[in-house]
Amino acid sequence: MKERHTLAVLMEDQPGVLNRVVSLLRRRSFNIETITVGQSEQPNVSRMTIVVNGQADEVEQVGKQLYKLMEVLKVTDLTDLSCVAHELAMIKVAAKAQHRAEILQIVQIFNARVVDASPTTLMIEATGPEVQIDGLLTMLRGFGIRELVRTGPVAMTRGSSAVGLKDAPRVEREETIVANGALATVQ
Amino acid sequence: MATTTLTDAGRTASANGRGSHVAATERPLLSGSEITCRALEAEGVTTVFGYPGGAVIPLYDALPQAGFKHVLVRFEQWAALAAEGYARATGKPGVCMATSGPGATNLVTGLANAMLDSVPIVAITGQVVESMIGRDAFQEVDITGITLPVTKHNYLVQKAEDLAPTIKEAFYLATSGRPGPVLIDIPKSVFMQQARYAQPANVGRRGYQPTSIPNMRQVRLAADAINRAKKPLIMAGHGILLSGASEMFGHFVEKSGIPVIFTLLGLGSFPESHPLALGMMGMHGHKHVNDALDEADLLINIGARFDDRATGRVSGFAPNAKVIHVDVDPAEVGKNIRTDVPVVGDALEVLRLLIPEIDEREHDDWRAWIDSRQNTTLASALEARPEWPEPYAIIKEIGEATRHEAIVATDVGQHQMWTAQHYGFEHPDRWITSGGLGTMGFGLPAAIGAKLGRPDLEVWAVIGDGGFQMSLNELATAVQEGLDIKIAVIDNGYLGMVRQWQDLFNQKNYSEVRITGPRLDKLAEAYGITGITVRSDAEIRPAIERARATPGPVLIDFVIEPEANVWPIVPPGAANSEMLLRDTRFQDMD
Repeated sequence: MKERHTLAVLMEDQPGVLNRVVSLLRRRSFNIETITVGQSEQPNVSRMTIVVNGQADEVEQVGKQLYKLMEVLKVTDLTDLSCVAHELAMIKVAAKAQHRAEILQIVQIFNARVVDASPTTLMIEATGPEVQIDGLLTMLRGFGIRELVRTGPVAMTRGSSAVGLKDAPRVEREETIVANGALATVQ
Repeated sequence: MATTTLTDAGRTASANGRGSHVAATERPLLSGSEITCRALEAEGVTTVFGYPGGAVIPLYDALPQAGFKHVLVRFEQWAALAAEGYARATGKPGVCMATSGPGATNLVTGLANAMLDSVPIVAITGQVVESMIGRDAFQEVDITGITLPVTKHNYLVQKAEDLAPTIKEAFYLATSGRPGPVLIDIPKSVFMQQARYAQPANVGRRGYQPTSIPNMRQVRLAADAINRAKKPLIMAGHGILLSGASEMFGHFVEKSGIPVIFTLLGLGSFPESHPLALGMMGMHGHKHVNDALDEADLLINIGARFDDRATGRVSGFAPNAKVIHVDVDPAEVGKNIRTDVPVVGDALEVLRLLIPEIDEREHDDWRAWIDSRQNTTLASALEARPEWPEPYAIIKEIGEATRHEAIVATDVGQHQMWTAQHYGFEHPDRWITSGGLGTMGFGLPAAIGAKLGRPDLEVWAVIGDGGFQMSLNELATAVQEGLDIKIAVIDNGYLGMVRQWQDLFNQKNYSEVRITGPRLDKLAEAYGITGITVRSDAEIRPAIERARATPGPVLIDFVIEPEANVWPIVPPGAANSEMLLRDTRFQDMD
């Protein structure tokens, strides 16, 4: 059964690494929905959040193939873990004077905020789970969306556990893969 | 790490017994080119295959002083494949070099071939000067971008002091874990920069820690399955050869009493003359092997990746068997075939731990069953064709004449399958063929590389007339190097394997498979070597013996029946159990 998986990938921050990851996913015919990349808590280590759509065994292959890249340090499938997965959206919505009050009310309901305004538009910034952003967009669509940008989700596990590098050496993780047929677990 | 060829700078450092930091300031400044050569020497490189050009002129300027031999090929693609032939014959990494732009892109097929067959090669390419990168300069191409999917890793070196550590790391990556090709792209300006050469300390990368020693729990699970099995089979793959585990594998087979089947690249990992060796599996494997696969209750795959030419239709592959998969690459586990007991680790280490855990067995009933299926594969194929040299007979005669001890490199196609089926490989690292990529033109450069790596062994290239015409320019290389290689062209005037498929599966629609070529004996003469033409069965053995007795390259043109087919064959998309023994359309006429 195909379902969406959210992978957290830690990798060395080196030139070309994004190209390596994307090229790999494309040539193995993995279906990427979103990719975000940025700094992690460690110097020279980037953290990428990849949302892929696939069966469990396909996603396991994604992880194993990613590990074959020299720069990739750790791959964690967050899908079945309790985590916060939020994205950021910026929405420029047409806002005639007679609609402004209604739009501001919607913005409030969705915990979004207005970050810019012009005589004819409002720019709204929203963060939250993907479904929440979808909901906001549904509500705003009727007014006329002039411009939209979404980042795709970034995700982090809840509680004190962390997707870090200070855990067990890599060999043990591979044994975990072998023994459980699953990707690395959060330490 | 090889230390026997320490450079002057290295010797100074070790003689002084000081830390490298102090010694480094005393070392002379060297050019990037000289550093490259020293770093290659430090890796124990003795032979490189290459072709010069603008961006590598500074590198070639340093070559005459280098402690290794450069072999000038006639086309860069063959440099990469010669490096592979060298690597497979010696077990050491092969090295090739080319200039920027077209030189670099010509290496790509060779890199892809090494990637699919897990062969350790290091490719060095020149790049335009750094300040011109990205400006579409003359002979500029983004070779690190182009080779991303066909290398294990690649580098663009940006300063001369990075050269030595990069080259050391490249050799480490190419040869460790699952071996593969690594490319180092070096701008001309970096070759010309000056830096101090220091032998780098140990290499290692945080993100690269291949699993060599397997998880003992998995080994015990595998042993348990092996000890319970009633109809087990061992599938011997290239990984056994790559890890140098042939001897250990032999102990495993003999203790377990389990019959062995081979993938195409696994041939030679265990002597084919051994009673437990059943022969090759898959598309052109032996009928009784594929029958045994159908019947087996346990399949122990050691170092093979379940390639589709070996498995046939996956849903019909070893339908009754539990699967143990030993592989150094965790990504291979479960990629193509569902696995019951995965064991991730180097074949040698896995076998070392596995052997004490297994029972000594005979499996008499099971072996008797397989024997009863022994098919007359050869007999059914050896149809009476008195007027032509029979291709199976040619290969068998070469096998007997060379006492199954020669290195045999092939091209790709019918002759390749005939050789795999009938040479009879007895030793590791003597069978050199293009498996995963199926690269035509492979045979001659691979034989050249193999001979340079193993001058002590007899080397034969068995090639079709199609593939031969792709890389026959390397005859000049063989002549220039005075290489004692024997070239058997299996000449049917067709691109035979495609013709065979058109014959069997496309209603004999022979589309663009008729191929003409030069008179090969005259061609040999033009290159100043001996050429022999064979047109009948009776001439086969005398021609082979004459070739063996003649020093230097010899070309034998075996003119075979144009429409001889390779039997048996698993039709594309069919299960291994559905293999055709011979052309069923003609059976009624017998």
